[in-house]
Amino acid sequence: MKQRSGRHVGIAKAPTGVSGLDEITAGGLPAGRPTLICGGAGSGKTLLGMSIILNGVVKFREPGVIMTFEENVEELTQNVRSLGLDVAGLMAKDKLAIDYVHIDRSEIEETGEYDLEALFVRIEHAVKSVRAKRVMLDTVESLFGSLPNESVLRAELRRLFRWLKDRGLTTIITAERGSGTLTRHGLEEYVSDAVIMLDHRVQEQISTRRLRVVKYRGSEHGTNEYPFLISERGISVEPITAVGLQHQASRQRISSGISQLDEMLGGKGYFAGSSILITGTAGTGKTSMAAHFAQATARRGERCLYFVFEESASQITRNMASIGIGFDAHVRSGRLSLQAARPTHFGLEEHLAAMRRLIDEYRPAAVVVDPLSNLMSAGNPHEVTVMLLRLVDLLKSRGITAVFTSLTPAGMAEDQTELGVSSLMDTWVVLSMGEVEGERRRYLYILKSRGMAHSQQRREYTLGTQGVRLLDFRPPAAAASVSANGNPQGRSAVATARRARR
Amino acid sequence: MSRRPARPRRASAADDPDVWNLRLYIAGQTPKSARAISNLRKICEEHLAGRYLIEVIDLLKEPQLARGDQIFAIPTLVRRLPHPIKKIIGDLSNSERVLVGLDLRPAPRTRR
Repeated sequence: MKQRSGRHVGIAKAPTGVSGLDEITAGGLPAGRPTLICGGAGSGKTLLGMSIILNGVVKFREPGVIMTFEENVEELTQNVRSLGLDVAGLMAKDKLAIDYVHIDRSEIEETGEYDLEALFVRIEHAVKSVRAKRVMLDTVESLFGSLPNESVLRAELRRLFRWLKDRGLTTIITAERGSGTLTRHGLEEYVSDAVIMLDHRVQEQISTRRLRVVKYRGSEHGTNEYPFLISERGISVEPITAVGLQHQASRQRISSGISQLDEMLGGKGYFAGSSILITGTAGTGKTSMAAHFAQATARRGERCLYFVFEESASQITRNMASIGIGFDAHVRSGRLSLQAARPTHFGLEEHLAAMRRLIDEYRPAAVVVDPLSNLMSAGNPHEVTVMLLRLVDLLKSRGITAVFTSLTPAGMAEDQTELGVSSLMDTWVVLSMGEVEGERRRYLYILKSRGMAHSQQRREYTLGTQGVRLLDFRPPAAAASVSANGNPQGRSAVATARRARR
Repeated sequence: MSRRPARPRRASAADDPDVWNLRLYIAGQTPKSARAISNLRKICEEHLAGRYLIEVIDLLKEPQLARGDQIFAIPTLVRRLPHPIKKIIGDLSNSERVLVGLDLRPAPRTRR
C-alpha cells in the first residue's frame, strides 16, 4: 500500500523503443497502466501502438498481446511488414499473441442482461499464453458501433481498464479522434493516466504527422507537437536534441564565398558540416554574405538549398544580381534551390517538417536559412530555440553546412541574439555599421569560430557591384598603439585587396 | 457444471440435420448464467421438444473456445445448426426476442 502512495514521486516507465518518444515521455509509457493513443483516420495510431508492443517483445523482453477489433491478423501483419517488423515470427515463438475480435452486427440479437466477460476471458487467455506484460486494444471503441446497449458498454469498458490496471499490464488503447473531444466516444474519461495525440495533415501538398503528449499523470513530459515520421526504418518522433551530438566532425573546409573572409577563417573558410551564424543590424548585408556562400557552393558543383523567409525567390534573385551574384544560372543547373515561405503561414513544427522534407528530397551539401530571426514570429522564443536546436542537429547529423542569418534589432548588443542560439553555432560572424567622417561604413568580425585559428580583426567591408569586398585592415588610430593583436600580422593576400570605396 | 448438461437422446443427434445444435457460453456460475440456462431450457422444451441439443461452455474452464465462435459477451447463445449461425447475447429473458433471434418466429413488422 505504501508503494502505491509513492507512485507519483517517480512512476515506473515502460520504454517504447520508438526513437524520440522515450525522450519526450522521460522514459516511456506508464508501466502497468493504460495509455490512450488517439488521432484521426490514417494518423498512424495502430502503427505506433504495434511498434510499442513489438519493441517491447524484441527490445525489452516484454511479451505482448494485441486485441484487434478492426483488422484481422493478416492485415495487421501486412501493415507492419513494410516497417520490418516480423509479427508471424514472434507469434511462432510465443512472444506475441493476437486475437481478432470480430463482431458481425447482422448475426447478433440482444435480449436481457449481459456483460463483456468473454472479452476479459479472451484477453486473459492471450496474456497467459505468452506471459504478456503489454497489451494493445485496437480499436476497442469500434464496439460502440457493434453493441446497441451503450450504457452496458461504458460500464464494461470502465471495468476493463480497471481490470487491466489491476493486473499491472501496460496497455495501449487506440481511439479515433472526435470533433472537439480527444476521442469520439469519450474514452479519455476512463483512461486518465496518459494520452498521446497523433495528427496528420496535408498542407501545401506536404503531409505532416505530429505527435503530442496531451497528458501524463505523475510524470514530466514534453508538451510540444513533435514531427512523427513513418519510414521504412520504422516509426520515429524526430528529431530529438538528445541524440544530436554523435555526428562526425569534418576536417574538410569550404569557402565562405568571400576570399578575404576565408583568409580570416584560418585561411581556409568554414568547416564542412558546421553551422554558421551571420548576425547584423538592418542593411548590413547579411543576405549578401549568405548569397556568396550559396554561389560558392553551386560553383563547386554542390547543391545548396536556400530558405528565403523575407522575400520572394525572384526578389532575392534580382537583388543579388545587383551585387554581381547570379542565382538564375545555378537554379537552372539544379545546384541551387530557392524556397520562399513566410514563417507565419506555418506552425513551427510544420516548418521544420517541411524543411526536413525538402532537405531529404534535394539532398543539399549546404543550406541557407535567411533570416532565422523571422521564425520568431512563428512561435514563442523557447519553442523557436528548441526547433532550431533540432534543425541544427538534423543538418549536422547529415554533414550539411548551414548558414543562418539573424537580424540584430536596433539597440541590442551586437554580440547577442534574440534567439539565444549562438551556442549551437560553430562560427559566428558579426556585421555592424558605424558612422565615420559623415559616412556609413560596414564592419565585420568573427566573434567565434570553433576549431580554427581565426582572425580577431574587425574589418571594414563594402557592398558593391562585385559583391562583398573586405578592405585592408586598418588598426583604429586610438587603439593602434596599445592593441597587441592590432598588428595586421602580414596578411599579404589580404593586403593586395584594393580599397574600393565608392 | 458439466460441459453437456443436456445429453442428446440419441447418439447421432449432433449429426441429425433436424436437430438444433445450440451452444450457450457462460463464465462461471453467475445469476445471469443461471437465468440464461433455465430460460433456454424452457424455450427449447416449448418449441423444439425432442430435437435440440444444448451445450453449455464455461469459458472460465475453456477460455480458448471463446475465440472460435467470436464470443465477447456473456451469456451468448450460438445457434450452430441449422445454418446460418445466429448469436443471441443476454440472459434470454425476453423469450419473444429469443424466438425471433433463433428464426423460430418471424420478426414483427416493426423490427427490421
